[in-house]
Order: sequence, then structure tokens, then C-alpha cells
Amino acid sequence: MAFLSDEKVKELSQKANDIRMSIIKMLVEAKSGHTAGPLGMADIFTLFYFHILKHDPKNPTWPERDRLILSNGHICPVLYASMAHAGYFPVEELQTLRKLGTRLQGHPHREYLPFLENSSGPLGSGLSQAVGMALADRMDKKDKSRFIYCLMSDGELQEGNTWEAIMLGGKYRLRNVIAIIDRNNIQIEGDTEEVMPLEPLQSKWRAFNWHVIEVGGHDFSALNEAIEEAQAVAEKPTVIIAHTIPGKGVSFMERDYRWHGKPPTKEEGAKALAELMNNRF
Amino acid sequence: MLNPQLKLNPKIWNVDVEQAPTRKGFGQGFLQAGEENPNVVGLCADLTESTQMHLFAEKFPERFIQVGVAEQNLPTIASGLAAMGKIPFCSSYAMFSPGRNWEQIRTTVAYNDRKVVIVGSHSGISVGPDGGTHQALEDIALMRVLPNMDVLNPCDAIEAKKVTLSLAKTKAPAYLRLVREKTPIITTEETPFTLGKAEIYWLPDAGLAQVGIIVTGGLMHKALFAAKELEAEGVKVKVMNLATVKPLDTQAVLELAKECKKLVTVEEHQIAGGMGSAVAEFLAQNFPIPIEFVGVRDQFGQSGTPNELIEHYGMGKEAIKVAVKKILARKI
Repeated sequence: MAFLSDEKVKELSQKANDIRMSIIKMLVEAKSGHTAGPLGMADIFTLFYFHILKHDPKNPTWPERDRLILSNGHICPVLYASMAHAGYFPVEELQTLRKLGTRLQGHPHREYLPFLENSSGPLGSGLSQAVGMALADRMDKKDKSRFIYCLMSDGELQEGNTWEAIMLGGKYRLRNVIAIIDRNNIQIEGDTEEVMPLEPLQSKWRAFNWHVIEVGGHDFSALNEAIEEAQAVAEKPTVIIAHTIPGKGVSFMERDYRWHGKPPTKEEGAKALAELMNNRF
Repeated sequence: MLNPQLKLNPKIWNVDVEQAPTRKGFGQGFLQAGEENPNVVGLCADLTESTQMHLFAEKFPERFIQVGVAEQNLPTIASGLAAMGKIPFCSSYAMFSPGRNWEQIRTTVAYNDRKVVIVGSHSGISVGPDGGTHQALEDIALMRVLPNMDVLNPCDAIEAKKVTLSLAKTKAPAYLRLVREKTPIITTEETPFTLGKAEIYWLPDAGLAQVGIIVTGGLMHKALFAAKELEAEGVKVKVMNLATVKPLDTQAVLELAKECKKLVTVEEHQIAGGMGSAVAEFLAQNFPIPIEFVGVRDQFGQSGTPNELIEHYGMGKEAIKVAVKKILARKI
């Protein structure tokens, strides 16, 4: 962890743009999958895989690594693209997404891609697994030497299991759990506050004894500062509520909940890629 | 006669035979597993004493996690612990775990292939007066359909202890089914137990058996009494203890089927999807023979004493004898 220079921010922006292009390409090829969430989380995943995480793509089972748990498995195109660009597997393999025999299952499955930290898909269970990992770290006195990050959606805050995990994390004051919520305000059937209101999120998490930070999800410097603040909290777990724009980077997808669960057609994909190409330096 | 090679409890036929619930054997076994391996950890959802996890929790408080009345959190937290090299056992009542949290077990334990042991106590009709909401009669079915998952259902407290110690050493996720009510002690410390291996507990004094009775769980005592009375009536049977419902000991089941050509399965569970179904699925493809199923027939339980309920729902000694006689009369 270190201060982000302007140059580093530029580099990360470029990388995130590359990852967005990979996401579009793989979804066009797969002809199914989720678009809005992966694009919205591309900046956060880029920051993690290219700056925050203590990891070694050439030695994915390195025991001392940080753990990154993806709870809402349906945004896995951004996970796969980030891992490929970080060197876990060839970028070309991204085009096998959702095809028979692929390591890149429609929702992440450890059996096919063993260096995933967890399989996921059904919502609401990722934070529990992160909390379980942190409990193990506390027992082994490793909770000061690494972090367990859980990337999760806002929609899955409607799951009871999520709140069971929040309760337990607060009870045991697990210092090395850092949850990051993709607060994009959309879910399958529309605006989260219409489907099932979540606010006030800050005070809800605080009441469960978590440290709460709210931040813009596309501002690398602010995100980096938020994570540094979270890492410094010694007596409780932290949640970072990151405000993101679903479909970020592609004008005709941004903030439109209808892009939650569908892929771009070939034509839409070409249009999206042309926009993203313009962002390259 | 009782299989002399297995060193079963010689006092089995006494009216005052010692009794203990299988959950008690689990509690003792789990404490010992904790002493033997520092990576063994326990989780419970506010039922520590009644699932007998308190012995472990009191000795190893730093390795015990109280999750509260939050069964969805039980296996998912345990999955995270297992990912870091721990060997978590999580206990609750079978009706709540795996009853309430089946999808969490499927995705984060079985699909994730994490070594977690789901301990479901208070299974079966013998939960008794608490009534139907608390009588898990579907849990074997729920768990044996999950790939990667082993399913264990010991016949008495001593076997439950051996099963527990064994599950602390295996690699696969597992379900351990326990009961609340005391049942007679059938085995001894010397009786062999190997995970995945069925044993013949009763065999004819001489000659081949006419009917094979396959039992899983605490109804073994009733099956042995049925076998003894049948022998006196001139009906030769073998009684198999199938503590490991999954993986099924196909070799032992096939041998018994070939010898008897008629089987009765006995379990305190719905007939649909239970141990008998597992046996039938295997034999239908490999050695089709008639089978009678002793178990609950597509209905919920109710309040009553354990024995009243076992009799009422047709799983007692007489019901087993009736099933044996029925299958003997059946034309193939």
C-alpha cells in the first residue's frame, strides 16, 4: 500500500479500461451473462489486483496471500478479466466464458478454476465465508499480517444470511475483514430503494459494530485512501460503501438497470468497444 | 446369532441394557478429536449443550464459535474456516441444519468442496413430544443428493464416537445424523468401524439367510430383536448395519442381495429419498430384487413418546417382522 501518484492513477485507469474492453468482448462471445455490474466494478477490481492485494499470480496458492472473496458471483466477468490481466491465466482464455468445459463458469466454481478463493452465485453467503476466514486468522494470530476482502453487491444486503454475517463480524470484532459494497442502486427488477429499501446503510452497519466509510467507486485515490483507513482500524471490521455507476464507461449502458443481466449483441458490443477505445491514451 | 467376530454388546438382550443417545457419543468423540488435532474447530447455533458440543466448547473456548440462532451462518462461516485449513464441525438440530440452510451447504460446502462436518442432532420421529416441526425425516434425502457429501448415521453412541473421530480425519464434507433420545448400546469399543464399510450384525446360526435386513441408525436394536424372534420362528435373516449411507458400500449390499434375494430396509426417515432409496437405486441397476421399506410413509410426525411414535408410524420390531414376512410371501 502506498500513495497513488498521478502517474499510477493514470496507469490504473488505462488498465481498468482494458478490463472493460475484455468484459465486453467476452460477454459478446458468450451471448449471455451480466454487463452492468462488471463494468461498474472494473475500477475497484483493477485497484485491488494491481495495487492493493498481497498476492502472486504465478503462485496462486501462496499461503500468506490476502484473500479476495467475491460474494455476488454473477459479476464474475470482471473477476476473470482482472485475474487474466494480472497474469493468473491467458487473456485469450476469457473468450471461453460460459462455454462447455471452460474454467470460466457462468458463476465462479473452484472445481474448474482452483485458484478461486470461493465458488459463488447464490447471493448472501460471501461475507460469511470472509468472516470465517478472519476467525481462522485470529485463531492462528495472522489477523495483523493480511486482509480478507469481501466484494459484495447492494442487492444482496436484502439476504438474511448477509446480516447474520454482519452480526458475527461485529460480535467478534474481526479487524482484518474489509467488505466493499458495490452501491450501484440497481437490482434485477429496478432501483433497490423501490424493490426493498436498504437505506440508511451507514447507520445500519454502524449499529452492528462495523466501521463505515462511504466513497466514490470510480475515484482511485479516494478508494485507496478508504482502504488504507480500513486497514488501520484495529478494533472492528470495516465496510466501504462504494458508490458506483452500473455500466460505467459505456454511455448507453450507464445507470440503466436493464443491463443488469443481459450481454451486448455484436453490434452493441462494437459500439461499446469504440467508446472504450476512445478512452485509451 | 449376533456376529461373534464383531464383539457386539453381550448385554444387548437384557431389559436393563445400557442406553445413551448418539449425540452423547458425538460429544465425547468431538472432544477427543479436538484434543488430537488443534485444527479442529466447533460452531453451534445456540444449541451447544443439547447437541453435546459443550464438552469441546468448555475445553477449547478459543476454538469454539457461537453463531447464535442463525443457521444460514453456520455452514458458510465454517466454509471460510475450512478454506484456511481448519476442520470445522457445526452442530444444530437436523431440522434447522440442513433443514433451513440447505442451499448454503450446497454452495459453500459441497460445491465449494470444503471439509465441513454438518452435525444434525434431534433427527427422526424419536424427537417425540416436541412434535412434527422438530422431527427431521427428510435430512438423509437432502444430504445424500449433494455431490462430494458423505452421509453418516451411527446405530449407537459408541459408534457415533467412532464416526466423529473418523470424520475429523477424512477429506470430504460430511453430514453426521444424530438423535436426541437414548437408544440401547449395541456395539463395544472393540467393534470395528470403518467409514464406508457396512457390517453384518446378525446372521443365521447355520445356512444361508432368506431375507437381508439393512438398517441405518438407532432402529438397529429393534431390528436385532426382530431377527432373534424370526430365527425362533424358523426364518433365517441377516441384519446389516449401514452407518455410512454415502458412499454406499455397494460390494456389501450386493453380496447380501445375492445371498438373500429379498431385502428389507429400516430407517427412521421418510421412505422417499432415504437409505432404502439409495439401496434400491443401486440394486435396480445391478441386481434387481424385491425390497420392502420400513420408514415413514409420506407424512409428518406428531407429539408422543419416542416409542409410541415409532410404533404408530410403523418402524417398530413388529413392523420389521411384518415386512420380512411380507417379502417372503412376495412372488418375484
